[in-house]
Amino acid sequence: MKLTAVELGKKIKAGEISVADAVQSCLDRIKTLENDINAFVTVDAEGAMLQAEEIQRKIDSGELTGPLAGVPVAIKDNMCTEGLLTSCSSKILSNFIPTYTSEAVLKLREAGAVIIGKTNMDEFAMGSTTETSFYGSTQNPWDVSKVPGGSSGGSAAAVAAEEVPYALGSDTGGSIRQPAAFCGVTGIKPTYGRVSRYGLIAYGSSLDQIGPIARDVTDCATVLEIICGHDDKDSTSYDADRDYEKNGITDTGNDFTSALVDDVKGMKIGIPRDYFGEGIDEDVKKHVLAAADVLKEKGAVVEEFDLGMVEYAIPAYYIIASAEASSNLERFDGVKYGYRTSEYTDLHNMYKKSRSEGFGDEVKRRIMLGSFVLSSGYYDAYYVKALKTKALIKKAFDDAFEKYDVILGPVAPTTALVKGESLSDPLKMYLGDIYTVSVNLAGIPGISLPCGFDRNGMPIGLQLLGQTFDEKSIIRAAYAYECSREYKRPELLTERGL
Amino acid sequence: MVITDETIEYVGILAKLELSDEAKEQAKKDMSDMLDYVSKLNELDTDNVPAMSHAFPVNNVFREDVVTSGDTREQLLSNAPEQKDGCYKVPKTFD
Amino acid sequence: MSKTYETVIGLEVHVELATKTKIFCGCSTEFGGAPNTHTCPVCTGMPGSLPVLNKGVVEKAVAVGLATNCTITQNCKFDRKNYFYPDNPQNYQISQLYYPICRDGKVEIEVDGKKKFVRIHEIHMEEDAGKLVHDPFTDSSLVDFNRSGVPLIEIVSEPDMRSAEEVIAYLEKLRLIIQYLGASDCKLNEGSMRADVNLSVREVGSSEFGTRTETKNLNSFKAIARAIENERERQIDLIESGEKVVQETRRWDDTKEYSYPMRSKEDAQDYRYFPDPDLVPIVISDAWMEEIRRSQPELRDEKRIRYKEEYDIPDYDIDIITNSKKMADIFEEAIALGAAPKKVSNWLMVETMRLMKEHSVDADDLSFSAKNLAALIALVESKAINGTVAKEVFEKIFTDDIEPEQYVEEHGLKTVNDAGALTKTIEEIVAANPKSVEDYKSGKEKAIGFLVGQTMKAMQGKADPGEVNRILKEILSK
Repeated sequence: MKLTAVELGKKIKAGEISVADAVQSCLDRIKTLENDINAFVTVDAEGAMLQAEEIQRKIDSGELTGPLAGVPVAIKDNMCTEGLLTSCSSKILSNFIPTYTSEAVLKLREAGAVIIGKTNMDEFAMGSTTETSFYGSTQNPWDVSKVPGGSSGGSAAAVAAEEVPYALGSDTGGSIRQPAAFCGVTGIKPTYGRVSRYGLIAYGSSLDQIGPIARDVTDCATVLEIICGHDDKDSTSYDADRDYEKNGITDTGNDFTSALVDDVKGMKIGIPRDYFGEGIDEDVKKHVLAAADVLKEKGAVVEEFDLGMVEYAIPAYYIIASAEASSNLERFDGVKYGYRTSEYTDLHNMYKKSRSEGFGDEVKRRIMLGSFVLSSGYYDAYYVKALKTKALIKKAFDDAFEKYDVILGPVAPTTALVKGESLSDPLKMYLGDIYTVSVNLAGIPGISLPCGFDRNGMPIGLQLLGQTFDEKSIIRAAYAYECSREYKRPELLTERGL
Repeated sequence: MVITDETIEYVGILAKLELSDEAKEQAKKDMSDMLDYVSKLNELDTDNVPAMSHAFPVNNVFREDVVTSGDTREQLLSNAPEQKDGCYKVPKTFD
Repeated sequence: MSKTYETVIGLEVHVELATKTKIFCGCSTEFGGAPNTHTCPVCTGMPGSLPVLNKGVVEKAVAVGLATNCTITQNCKFDRKNYFYPDNPQNYQISQLYYPICRDGKVEIEVDGKKKFVRIHEIHMEEDAGKLVHDPFTDSSLVDFNRSGVPLIEIVSEPDMRSAEEVIAYLEKLRLIIQYLGASDCKLNEGSMRADVNLSVREVGSSEFGTRTETKNLNSFKAIARAIENERERQIDLIESGEKVVQETRRWDDTKEYSYPMRSKEDAQDYRYFPDPDLVPIVISDAWMEEIRRSQPELRDEKRIRYKEEYDIPDYDIDIITNSKKMADIFEEAIALGAAPKKVSNWLMVETMRLMKEHSVDADDLSFSAKNLAALIALVESKAINGTVAKEVFEKIFTDDIEPEQYVEEHGLKTVNDAGALTKTIEEIVAANPKSVEDYKSGKEKAIGFLVGQTMKAMQGKADPGEVNRILKEILSK
């Protein structure tokens, strides 16, 4: 289906397409492509058809009038869905059926979304290739020999392959933006706290944010408008009633679709020189800078500057994320839910065997690193040091946003890598996160959208960053760029007859 | 930083992970590489920088003291690997 | 010559706060209930669930801190304490290490007339664990998370106590303060107050502390006293035989009266504390603190002074009555309902204490209402019933909290105020006992007692003894 989520929503509302037909068309497409792509852990065909009936009824009766009523969606498999397997692509949760639904998904359901299934990911969102899944790797729809990026690789691939019009992902260090870039789709990592984390199975609690992955900026803004908002169940979720101004924080509002305006006149855009240093692919650099030129031509004030702290982001990120993960993943112990080893001698042996058999290598690697940096004698040297570095990184962004409305740069140093390349060298894989992780440390919003193709025809991602609770500036800049992009959106698969 | 067998063993106790000998060697190397890499942070002077847990200050998020949940035992227990008499069943914890 | 040793004791006291709901979720804290019926995704550690702090927990913790002369940490946080155990659903406990809510307090205790201060190092908030029960049929353990997430404060003292008596005086002091605040019912036997004992010994005169151990699982004052004595002797024996005391956690077995080390090699005791990223800092403003201070009820020491001034009852009675918030509440309520303070005090000091002993009831567990006690006192005052009947009725009040008017009515216990009927009965008694009448008239005044008793018996106890006396004397003097 070539339609975007909003376009499909309009046709459903107008009665041109039934919800059941929309769902069936997704299911058909999934059936055709899944052998090659493997974007899904679970496809809930039966459940989706049942939802379709109910939602059609509500649309017909005028109860549901929102822009996405009746539009199918795929959910990353780390968001709890009542009655539907939620595995985090891990063996340790390969039998976990939640009894509750995550808040963001609930909000989509209320808006009439039809949940088609759960998408594949790097195990517990730890990875940037979607190769560490217990359910096998996901392939990049543009070239199945390449990775789709990660950790929300399943969500990005499903959207790119037109299996669903949009999906939810989560982003701890780039896990929405980087796969969106690798798969030629658009994704937003909102400001920390914009979307409730309730029901999102935590990786790094202080960094995790849920966000949309879709075919264009309009879809992303529309989805974000639905899933955002305060949630009493998440202490870290943004509450507009609180006095943020006192702390110098300005909320530009969550009416994100109002920022879909093709006008960047006078907008100040900064390009960090430090994002174009060693290691960046020439094609990536060329296309990202070309995108900046487009915005400049449309009236934005674009200049280069030194952001600083860039090389410290990855070390700080891996210490903080691993430390939090080591604690967050302690609950997977074979007692209350999930996998329990079949043979054990005593309690601690049961713990060790269940966890060692249930977690994959990358997860174990991060749990061990995290446990170590928090252990007695190392806490200050690593963890506290990383939290201080985080403060410096935040400061660097605050300084930049004194001068600029938006920061523009690449999402990743390269386009999608060949499968298997980075798994052998974890450190190399981590280095690919250089432009994304600092955004999570600073808690600010970022959008990733396509800005061209490399010499091999693989999509390149443009990243726009905004100040805390100012998603609207990046949505406006992204929308304006999209309006003037040479192609409306990448739709290569269908054109290739797939 | 060199990671010794003792350290890996100790981290295994903390994290409740048991590695094969081969995996242990790999884990030692991976952790050692990673710790060397993150030691880059030592270049930064952070003496007067406060540790930042949350990226922006929010405080005093509370619930009122009102009962909101009912009995959902059967649902919650439905995921338990083993249960008995309405409880989660585990290997004996003391002798 | 053998050396003399001094025992150095510090206490970690856990108190369950009397909130309606758990610390981080909306589950009830009610005691009892079938296993796991007071649980939800949060307090069973389900993936994706998140904690949200109960405001009442902070207010109660601050109230206890203020009442124990602590400095309130106006910017405090929660940390995660990581360790694997099945009663701990997340395998980390949300607690406070780096910024506990209260610090540097002190309370005054008195032992054998000597007063001293015990300093409080800190008070922190944390969540309770679930309960593990051994299942003998399958030789496994069963986990019940009903208590998981019940709010606790842990009050950590400095090592300022030197004897079991001081420890018990300190615990009593804490119990009274916290009960009066309404922050907890502080019942050792139900686990709503628990004490872990940190103990070391040193030679008298030494300024260095010895190596300390921590003893857990102490469920009564008696157990605490026994465990202290036992651990003191164990440590002295070790030192005298040239061995070293190992710093460790020990579990007390009160039936076997000994303790044993608790941890295995799988417990590294390295809790990897770090600030819980799911929770935000707590800022306690001066205004909020003042509000908590203002709403603080009258504490025991203040009550003692006031009782003396207002009610003029003996110090001993004041001590007994105020030794339990429950009893003090009954006392004050009965007075508020119009009963004379001295009368109320008498009922509490004599009959209530007697029945408590007879029925093995603690003052905190008294279940009769002040209203019925006040009504009983009014019945006696109006001479509607006599003292003997009153005692009988009070027993029913004590056990079943009956309404005295109704009970007296139903059981026909009212004093007969029909003077004619009483005179007639007395005349019959006088006529039937010429010997006693003779004795009385010849100067043996005591003989009248027998006649009164006979009259009361004939009246089935329902006469006013004073009235009987008066009429008897009148008849006999004729």
